[in-house]
Amino acid sequence: MTFVLRIVVVLLTLAGAQHAGAADFAKLVNALPHGSYHERADVVREIGKTGNPRAVEVLQALANDDLKVMADGTVVIVDDKTGAAVGAVEGASLGTPSADSLTRVRVNNMVRRAIRTATGMLTLRSPDPAKRLAAARDALRSASPDQIEALDAAIGAETDAGVKALLTEARAAAVLKTDAATTEKVAAIRLLEARGDEAARAALSPLATAKDPEIARAVTSALASIAETQRMWRLAQNVWYGLSLGSVLMLAAVGLAITFGVMGVINMAHGELVMLGAYTTFVVQQVIRADAPWLFGWSLAIAAPLAFVVAGAVGIAIERGIVRHLYGRPLETLLATWGVSLILQQAVRTIFGPDNRDVGNPGWMSGAFPLGQMQVTWNRLWILIFAFAVFAALLFVLKRTPIGLQMRAVTQNRAMAANMGIRTGRVDALTFGLGSAIAGLAGVALSQIDNVSPNLGQNYIVDSFMVVVFGGAGNIWGTMAGGFALGIANKFLEPFTGAVLGKIVILVGIILFIQKRPRGLFAVKGRAVEA
Amino acid sequence: MKVTRRTLLGGIAAAATAPIMMPRFALAAEDTIKVGILHSLSGTMAISETTLKDVMLMLIAEQNAKGGVLGKKLEPVVVDPASNWPLFAEKARELISQDHCAVVFGCWTSVSRKSVLPVFKELDNILFYPVQYEGQESERNVFYTGAAPNQQAIPAVDYLMSADGGSVKRWVLEGTDYVYPRTTNKILEAYLKSKGVPAEDIMINYTPFSFSDWQTEVSKIKAFGSAGKKTAVVSTINGDANVPFYKELGNQGIKAEDIPVVAFSVGEEELAGLDTKPLVGHLAAWNYFESIKTPENTTFIDAWHKFTGNPKRVTNDPMEAHYIGFNMWVKAVEKAGTTKADAVIDALPGIKTPNLTGGVSEMLPNHHISKPVYIGEIREDGQFDVVWQTKGLVPGQPWSPYLPESKDLVSDWVTLKCGNYDTVKKVCLGTKA
Repeated sequence: MTFVLRIVVVLLTLAGAQHAGAADFAKLVNALPHGSYHERADVVREIGKTGNPRAVEVLQALANDDLKVMADGTVVIVDDKTGAAVGAVEGASLGTPSADSLTRVRVNNMVRRAIRTATGMLTLRSPDPAKRLAAARDALRSASPDQIEALDAAIGAETDAGVKALLTEARAAAVLKTDAATTEKVAAIRLLEARGDEAARAALSPLATAKDPEIARAVTSALASIAETQRMWRLAQNVWYGLSLGSVLMLAAVGLAITFGVMGVINMAHGELVMLGAYTTFVVQQVIRADAPWLFGWSLAIAAPLAFVVAGAVGIAIERGIVRHLYGRPLETLLATWGVSLILQQAVRTIFGPDNRDVGNPGWMSGAFPLGQMQVTWNRLWILIFAFAVFAALLFVLKRTPIGLQMRAVTQNRAMAANMGIRTGRVDALTFGLGSAIAGLAGVALSQIDNVSPNLGQNYIVDSFMVVVFGGAGNIWGTMAGGFALGIANKFLEPFTGAVLGKIVILVGIILFIQKRPRGLFAVKGRAVEA
Repeated sequence: MKVTRRTLLGGIAAAATAPIMMPRFALAAEDTIKVGILHSLSGTMAISETTLKDVMLMLIAEQNAKGGVLGKKLEPVVVDPASNWPLFAEKARELISQDHCAVVFGCWTSVSRKSVLPVFKELDNILFYPVQYEGQESERNVFYTGAAPNQQAIPAVDYLMSADGGSVKRWVLEGTDYVYPRTTNKILEAYLKSKGVPAEDIMINYTPFSFSDWQTEVSKIKAFGSAGKKTAVVSTINGDANVPFYKELGNQGIKAEDIPVVAFSVGEEELAGLDTKPLVGHLAAWNYFESIKTPENTTFIDAWHKFTGNPKRVTNDPMEAHYIGFNMWVKAVEKAGTTKADAVIDALPGIKTPNLTGGVSEMLPNHHISKPVYIGEIREDGQFDVVWQTKGLVPGQPWSPYLPESKDLVSDWVTLKCGNYDTVKKVCLGTKA
């Protein structure tokens, strides 16, 4: 079989791509299911060269695992959702064959690369500018001399300036791989130097050892200038990563800033309240997936208030059931809440199982967008915004609402507050509940970037205490400053020291800092301190 | 802070009595053979180890349905070492001394195995260890049914260096910071250098356990991969940290076609908690995949679904290792005619049992087994497509020939009676090494 196939491929190559007609296209498509991955990749390249109008559809189906073979050997494209099949060669509908009668045409990375290059060349002239842009990007990434002709034609016909620039750069990258004249190559190097990103670096690097001294010199200077640009961008990127890590730290810690910072309760179960928020998100998504898939984009918006309520209710139960009896006895509180954390973990493990639960990212939470040469991922950006929103809302509740006033009154002077007619027990429960509920909100956000497993909380409890203590217990502004300071410091250290040492350096730094300022960055001053 | 002596003592007393009050699965019965199961059912490792406890219970139940071993029923004794390494040793001692288990199946992390080693040596019992590990060890009382580095890491790198794997020239060795990744990466680094890869084309990174903020690491990989040479990532990242790692890869748009990641600790079980669409094409190297179609595997998967009552529960490589190990132990006991540890240890080398992928695995004199090696690409449904496999079964090799300290060592418990025999000095290093 494979021998025959090889002959088919060789013959077609000899026949010359431009003469390949519909019959050859059919022959190639029918050859796809056979042979090794190597031969399949060759066939894919040949299909690309035929330029057949159905080629893109067939190749994309192959990449998406939708190209199948029926029992009688017909190659078909099967729709993922409906199961309807159309003939791959002529596009005629062939009904809905049963899934058992179909065999998938398998691909591996090598075949996928061949598909990407082939479809890229085929979609260079697509009417959709987004597709042309993607095609140009692919061409730049997998530049090869035989693409120049197609790129020239595409550049001539291109109307969109952005796509045109990218196409010109892709052509330059391809030129570098030919034996064009030195001047032409140097011009290409200049062009890529101006682009200054990682793709340009990838295209230029192999030429640093070129024999022609002029080219080698141009490449070396271009690489140096790209490295310089990259360095600046990396700096900006570190700031962004730091902000993003800081927002996660702040979000995880801000609930603790209330229970520990304001109330003085060492709540070891804080992490588990975060975990409950994440599991609430999971349950909400399960219900949505089963009953209302169209709501999926809104799943987080629905989960957030529910997580707030669930974690808040569990928090109030912990306060009323346990913590209330232990006020003023920090060691017992620590042990009791630690016990609660173990109970919650094991309860979740029993109900949901010990393995990770799949919490999906809605479309608007996935992927990234380029900002200059930085990639800003959507999920991190939204979490940053969410963290600020939660912080602002909390600040509003504490400073501008009657319940916030009561909370502050009770923590500052319990006896006086009680004398003024405040039901201190109720306020305690609500304050603890609020801190817990915010932990639940953090869980919704963290479900998007971390594992949803019973251990989720444990990973954040130490960091949360670190942030609150560093920022200064009792001051939620301190928590914010602490979170961002630690996040940015961590991300600036990481590239130099590595993640493991970076964390150690941060911890040592905090220990030294606490020696100097035992009350943290923003110490609460005045009579409230010892209350 | 009021830390009175009474509260402190009370706390210690409570902690000390807790294990005694724990419910026990074992029932006192005279004419059974007890099989210890030492897997964490709580704590960090519960995610991976709980499944292994379940599969052992299933295998024992199946064996009992066939009439048990030597005319006696098998009785599982399940304990929970709670992902706590010292507790592993304590629980192992309990299984052997108190419960009189004939054999123990257990451990996942290398550190837990190292922690129970002295107990098994002292009390002379048998441990079957089912997880791929870093090698550089061969003990008389331990049978290693998971992959040694030459049965997983080295073939995976070979595949990536081949034309089929993309002729990779530049390598990122990314791992969690503990003994398995450190040793594996040391072996891989030596191996790559022996294949002519220059030092500047190898980048080694470590991250802590449960690491979740991968932004910097992933952009580092991206930058490293843009030097104009085909780059691949060899990942020894442990369990928990994998999900955020792959999520970040997907979000930053690193496709398997550009920079493939081959993982040694990511299997069907780990992918079950992930949206696998952005991961299609990334690789894993194992000795077993659920998607491999053989009659034995189909029977095993069906039995597993029936036993757990969940048709969606996946199977994975360490489960197959337990399947092989358990069947080998049963055969060895039947061959020896007794469950006495010394007799079974002597009977085990040379025992052959079918594995789930169509071959027959053999227990070798070095207490490792022969297994096939498969490279799989992640599919959209969280299963793997096998894209490459070794021609036959690969015999496990505990001592790496690529590291200077172990290149002369061999292990042979049948003729040499030694786990670390130095072939140059012609001596058994014994416990000194």
